[in-house]
Amino acid sequence: MAPLDRANVDTDAIIPKQFLKSIRRSGFGPNLFDEWRYLDHGEPGMDPAQRTPNPEFVLNLPRYRGAEILLARANFGCGSSREHAPWALQDYGFRVVIAPSFADIFFNNCFKIGLLPIVLPEDAVERLFREVLAEGAEGYRLHVDLARQSVETPAGMAFSFEIDPYRKHSLWNGLDEIGLTLQHADEIAAFEARHRAAQPWLFSGQAAQAPGSRQASSDIPSTR
Amino acid sequence: MQATLYDKLWRSHVVRQATDEPDGMALIYIDRHLVHEVTSPQAFEGLKLAGRKPRRLDSILAVADHNVPTTGRGGGIADPVSRLQVETLDRNCDELGITEFRMDDRRQGIVHVIGPEQGATLPGMTVVCGDSHTSTHGAFACLAFGIGTSEVEHVLATQCLLIKKSKSMQIRIEGGLARGVTAKDIALAVIGRIGTAGGTGHAIEFAGSAVRALSMEGRMTLCNMAIEAGARAGMVAVDDTTLEYLRERPFAPRGALWEQAAAYWRTLGSDPEAVFDRTIVLDAARIEPQVTWGTSPEMVASIDGRVPDPSQIADATRRHDMEHALEYMGLAPNMPITEIRPDKVFIGSCTNSRIEDLRAAADVVRGRHIAGSIRLAMVVPGSGLVKRQAEQEGLDQVFRAAGFEWREPGCSMCLAMNDDRLLPGERCASTSNRNFEGRQGPGGRTHLVSPAMAAAAAVTGHFVDVRKMD
Ligand code: SF4
Repeated sequence: MAPLDRANVDTDAIIPKQFLKSIRRSGFGPNLFDEWRYLDHGEPGMDPAQRTPNPEFVLNLPRYRGAEILLARANFGCGSSREHAPWALQDYGFRVVIAPSFADIFFNNCFKIGLLPIVLPEDAVERLFREVLAEGAEGYRLHVDLARQSVETPAGMAFSFEIDPYRKHSLWNGLDEIGLTLQHADEIAAFEARHRAAQPWLFSGQAAQAPGSRQASSDIPSTR
Repeated sequence: MQATLYDKLWRSHVVRQATDEPDGMALIYIDRHLVHEVTSPQAFEGLKLAGRKPRRLDSILAVADHNVPTTGRGGGIADPVSRLQVETLDRNCDELGITEFRMDDRRQGIVHVIGPEQGATLPGMTVVCGDSHTSTHGAFACLAFGIGTSEVEHVLATQCLLIKKSKSMQIRIEGGLARGVTAKDIALAVIGRIGTAGGTGHAIEFAGSAVRALSMEGRMTLCNMAIEAGARAGMVAVDDTTLEYLRERPFAPRGALWEQAAAYWRTLGSDPEAVFDRTIVLDAARIEPQVTWGTSPEMVASIDGRVPDPSQIADATRRHDMEHALEYMGLAPNMPITEIRPDKVFIGSCTNSRIEDLRAAADVVRGRHIAGSIRLAMVVPGSGLVKRQAEQEGLDQVFRAAGFEWREPGCSMCLAMNDDRLLPGERCASTSNRNFEGRQGPGGRTHLVSPAMAAAAAVTGHFVDVRKMD
């Protein structure tokens, strides 16, 4: 487990925007926490091996190499909706992030890709920080049990965590969420028909009124 | 049962509950899907790989905004990586038949500016976009929130999303704002009060006489920053101001359909006895112009305040964060906010790039010139149509005469994905929404302010109370 001892870690810090220009879904791991992790400025396409790591950044300390759990502080993942943030954490090798709280969109995005965000109480997180940062705690490992919804320390202390049953089921089975939703195509169609009857203007061919052509006949009424 | 606006919007979109729990995950129908180039390519690719097609093309409106240059558009996009991303959006929209405002379309602009401007954002809708500032659209009494790329693909394929209902929070701002105090100052004051995680897990409804008195532009600014308070969605009830703004917009209904829609829209507010999980009340008269001093929007002070002193903070984590922020920002504890001197000024972003924002800034700038210490002051209108309207009103001339650059629309230096960015150590008075480390360029230092306050800083060379300028 690797400890990141800062509150309000935002998605710009997790994966800076220059890497968002990629049209791919993978390959973000080397640029996870780029501005903290390297002393030089990173741009897409640079070879990580040629860059200067910041020896003080926690992920660069040998004792945390290979960590699969990230321990973080409150409001982790605040800021933008970029799924590139969980992609980068996962691509780096993290499978679980533990924090006292997460930003909503980030939290939600994690489940979509099978990265598990775990909320533990403030004092439990504090305790984990103390233990993992302690002298001689190299190789500190937590045991995360999704089925039992518990996190266990090497000394055998267990903390339980909450997870929505639907999300747990999906994580467990690695389900294709779109495929699952499409199984309810009839219900969606029925809803759509009711919705259209109630609010026909939502279906009144908006695209036809404002075609994608370069010369729209009317633009907008000017604002007072 | 008395319902909140959020309850009404939620209930009218539930396709089915995903589990037996009443507040568990539910499948929600999506009416409007806004798309931009950064968060969509992987979704389109996923769709294609699975052999799926968008379910409702007429629900989608796409635009390139994050990567587009704000100068010399004729020459295309110089950065090959940015260019590829924009071209990928163009190609996906062409192939699938999605309406897109391309870079050379005069309606192009920031996705959260053009949605409302076109009337593509309507009351009672669910509006999503792969972008956290989708909360902006809630100003129109719709349920609007940002989603990740997997969800973009999910909405494309199914017109639905699986989400959990949030808790509700009402933020009431009562009374009259002082002259020179704007929606941006309300937003920053709210975040200063409840913190950047204060709204986490909640949908915020902004209410109260000060909110009702705001224009749609102001309400959008306020809802835009709901996400900076941790809330995925912000919203404001429908009133005459809402309807006036929407009338005759290209995507808005007309004739009898308009009348029918407007009658329904008028029901879109919280019932008088509706119960919120949390309520916060602020006195508008006590809100002063705000300036952020740190690296999170909650690190904010009034213009007559000072940079805080970490040594006065008992909580170790908070003290440590504050010290770190002051070091990054190059500021000393207890320094008066009015002594902070920006190097650059950026007026733009989906928070503050609409016509009213440009007018407010121009009013301060008119007849003055930017201070000698300002290296660059730029205005980036939120859309091509905002730009044109501003030009018709002569605002571009006011800015140009004062030494500002007048640019093409886009996200620009809000997040510096194009060429507009701060150099390491540079300090910026910015009307955008995030002052995170490196947001406006690596090592750049951002101070969030209203357009009038940014303009005042530009012409004086330091932050100054805009109420004291005449
Ligand atoms: S202007 Fe800034 S905050 Fe708004 S959509 Fe663009 S990058 Fe995001």
